[in-house]
Amino acid sequence: MSDHLLSTKGFTRDRAVALLDVAEDMADTQRRQVKKLPTLRGTTIVNLFFEDSTRTRISFEAAAKRLSADVITFSAKGSSVSKGESLQDTAQTLQAMGADGIVIRHSSSGAAHTLATSGWTRAGVVNAGDGTHEHPTQALLDAFTIRKRRHGDDSRGRDLDGLRVVIVGDILHSRVARSNVWLLTALGASVHLVAPPTLLPTHTEGWPVTTGIDLDAAVDDGPDAVMMLRVQRERMTEAFFPTAKEYASLYGLSVARADRLPATSLVMHPGPMNRGLEIAGAVADSPRSTVLEQVQNGIGVRMAVLYDVLAGDRAA
Amino acid sequence: MSAYVIRGAALADGTCTDVRVDGGAIVELGSLPPAAGERTIDADGLLLLPGFVDLHTHLRQPGGEGAETVLTGSRAAAAGGYTTIHAMPNTTPAADGPGVVEQVAALGEEAGYVDVRPIGAVSKGRQGEELAELVAMARSRARVRVFSDDGSCVADPLLMRRALEYARIVDGVIAQHAEEPRLTAGAQLHDGAVAADLGLQGWPAVAEEAIIARDALLAESTGSRLHVCHVSTAGSVEVVRWAKARGIRITAEVTPHHLWLTDEAARGYDARFKVNPPLRTEEDVTALRAALADGTIDAVATDHAPHPAEAKRSEWSAAAMGMVGLETAVLVVQAAVVETGLLGWPEVERAMSRRPAEIGGLVDAARPIAVGRSADLVLLDPAARRRLSVDDLAGRSTNSPYLGQELPGRVVATVFRGAPTVLDGRLREPEEVGAPW
Repeated sequence: MSDHLLSTKGFTRDRAVALLDVAEDMADTQRRQVKKLPTLRGTTIVNLFFEDSTRTRISFEAAAKRLSADVITFSAKGSSVSKGESLQDTAQTLQAMGADGIVIRHSSSGAAHTLATSGWTRAGVVNAGDGTHEHPTQALLDAFTIRKRRHGDDSRGRDLDGLRVVIVGDILHSRVARSNVWLLTALGASVHLVAPPTLLPTHTEGWPVTTGIDLDAAVDDGPDAVMMLRVQRERMTEAFFPTAKEYASLYGLSVARADRLPATSLVMHPGPMNRGLEIAGAVADSPRSTVLEQVQNGIGVRMAVLYDVLAGDRAA
Repeated sequence: MSAYVIRGAALADGTCTDVRVDGGAIVELGSLPPAAGERTIDADGLLLLPGFVDLHTHLRQPGGEGAETVLTGSRAAAAGGYTTIHAMPNTTPAADGPGVVEQVAALGEEAGYVDVRPIGAVSKGRQGEELAELVAMARSRARVRVFSDDGSCVADPLLMRRALEYARIVDGVIAQHAEEPRLTAGAQLHDGAVAADLGLQGWPAVAEEAIIARDALLAESTGSRLHVCHVSTAGSVEVVRWAKARGIRITAEVTPHHLWLTDEAARGYDARFKVNPPLRTEEDVTALRAALADGTIDAVATDHAPHPAEAKRSEWSAAAMGMVGLETAVLVVQAAVVETGLLGWPEVERAMSRRPAEIGGLVDAARPIAVGRSADLVLLDPAARRRLSVDDLAGRSTNSPYLGQELPGRVVATVFRGAPTVLDGRLREPEEVGAPW
C-alpha cells in the first residue's frame, strides 16, 4: 500500500516487481467475460486533467471503472481553471466533494507532488504525467510489456536483470524517459539514452545510465529493447534541431536501422507516434513493435496502481 | 532626545567600550562613568556593529502593497539590524523618474525605521529600451546614486554602455541583474543535476557569467562604475576576480541564501526555494563564501523579495520567484561564514555595512563606529540560537526559506539616528520609535 504514486525515483526492485505482479493479476481478470471487479466500489476517483491527453485519461478511466470506482473527469479546458482558478482551489473543491483519489495530469513539473504534499486534499494522488518530470504509470506499463515479452506467463516475481534498453529522442523534455530511467534500472536493466546534444539534459551525471549521441552505434550494440520518444515538431523553431528530415535521418528508427537489430529486440513507443519522424511506419507495425501491447497493458497496470494507492483504509 | 549609554559592548575587533548617544549621534566612546538619571542599554556580552546597509531590497510600494510597503519593509529591515536599505525600482509604476523615487524616499522618512534610499531604474519602465532620467533622479530630493533594472537584465549592450557612461555625470553606479534573457527564457531552477531530475527547465550559470564578463569589459572601456547584483556562481566569482585584478571599477554582492542554500532544497518542489538567480550547487556556495572572505565579493545584500502567500502556494512553475531576507540576513551570514571560520566580525562589518554604504555613496554610513558618526547601530547576541518561526518575521510577507530551521544569533537592538527601533529583541512600534528615548 502506498499513499500516492508520484514518481518512480526511489522505487526498490521489490516494490516494482510487486506492483507488476498485481498488474499481472489485474490483466488476468481482463481476459474474463465479466471484466469488472468490486474492489474499489464506493470509491470516488477524479481524473484531473489540466493538459489534454485522451489516451492516458481513457486508460485511467477504464482502469477505475473496471475496479468499480465512481469516476469523475475534470478537464481544465472550459472549466474554472481556465478562468484562473489555482491548483489549490481546485484541490480543495475536490476534497470538499469527497474525492478519494485524484489522478492528475499537469503541464507543470511537480504539480502532482505539490498536490499530494500541500495538505489541500487527503485524496491519494496518482501522477498521470507532470510537465517534463515523470509519468510513472507509463514506465510501469513499459516495464510490464518488456517483462511479458521476455517471460510470457512466467513473468510473476521476475525483474529485468541484465536487459539492455535504449531510449531515443527528446530526453530533455520527456517525463516518460525520466520515469523509465529510475524504474528500469531499479528492475536491474541497464539504460542507454541517445539524443542530439541539444535534447539531453546538461547534467545527467546523477542518473544511473549511459548517454550517447549516435543511434547507429546504439543499434549495432544489439539492445533488448529500443524505446522511441515522441518528438514535438515545435522543437525545430527553438533550434533544438534544424529540420524534421535531418532529425529522422539521425535519430529516427528507420527500417534499415530496425533490420540491424537482433531478431528478439523490441521496439517500443509511448504514443502518439509521429510516423516517419522518430519511427518509420513499417517499423511501428512490425512484429517486434509493442506499441499496441503497451496500450493494452496500460489498463492492467493502472488498475494495479489505483488498487495500490486506494484500496484499504487511507491514513486520514 | 535625551542621551543614553550603551554599556559594555564588544566591537567587531574585540575591544570593549561604552557608547554615549546624544542627539542622534555618537558623542563619546570609552569607559564612561555613569551620569545620574541617564538611561543605559546593557550590552554585556553583546557585539556592537554599525547598522547594516542593504543594497538590494524590494519594498513593493507603489503597486505591490499586498506583499510589502515601505513601512512594513522598513520594520523587517530594523528587525534584521539594518539602518539603511536601498529600494529596488521594480514597482508599479516603476521608479524611473523623480516622482516615484521621491515618493518612496518620503514614505521611508515617514516610516522612520531606516534610511530608505531609492534605486532608480536604468531604463524607462524598466523595459530595457530607452534610458531613464538618471540625472533628474540623482538631483531629486531622493538623491539617487544607484541605478538598476533589477528583476530584468539590461540585456541590450548598447543601452548598458550608454547607462554606464551617462551615470558618470552624477558619479552613479549601474547595478546589473546579470541574466542573459534568451538563455533563461522559462528557466525554473539552476541548470544542474537537480533540475534534470525534477524536469525543471534549467537556468544555466553561463547566462549570468556571460553578462558579467560583457559588462566588466563595457565598464573598462567607459571607465564607469559597475555593480553586480546577487552573484550566484563560481564562474561569476572568477570573472569578478579577473575584472578587479585588471583595475576595472566593479563591485559585487551576494545574498545570504546563495551563501547557505543549494538547489537540493528544491527537491520537494517547495516554492519557498524558488528564487532568481536560482539556488546553485555546493561548489558555487563554497566559491561565494571564499570570495566574500577575500573581498572579491564586496557586500552581502538581501534581495528581500516579499510575495503574498498565494503567489508561493502553487505548482513550482506558477510560483513567484524570491524570498524575504532582511530579518534573517545576519543570522544566515553568521551560520554560513562566521561559524565556518571564513569571516570574522570585522569582515562581516565590512560586507554588511561599510562596503555597501561606500557602493551606495553614503559617506557617513560607511564610517566605523566613531565619535560624531550618526548613531546607526546594531547590537547582536551571537551566542543565541533559535528555530525560526513566522513570529520572527516583521514584514508583511512570510516567504522565508528558513522557517523551521535553527539559526544562530539574535538582533538585540537596532538604533537608527539614535532612536532604538529594536530594543531587548523586540521591534518597537512607530509611535515608540518617533518618541524621545
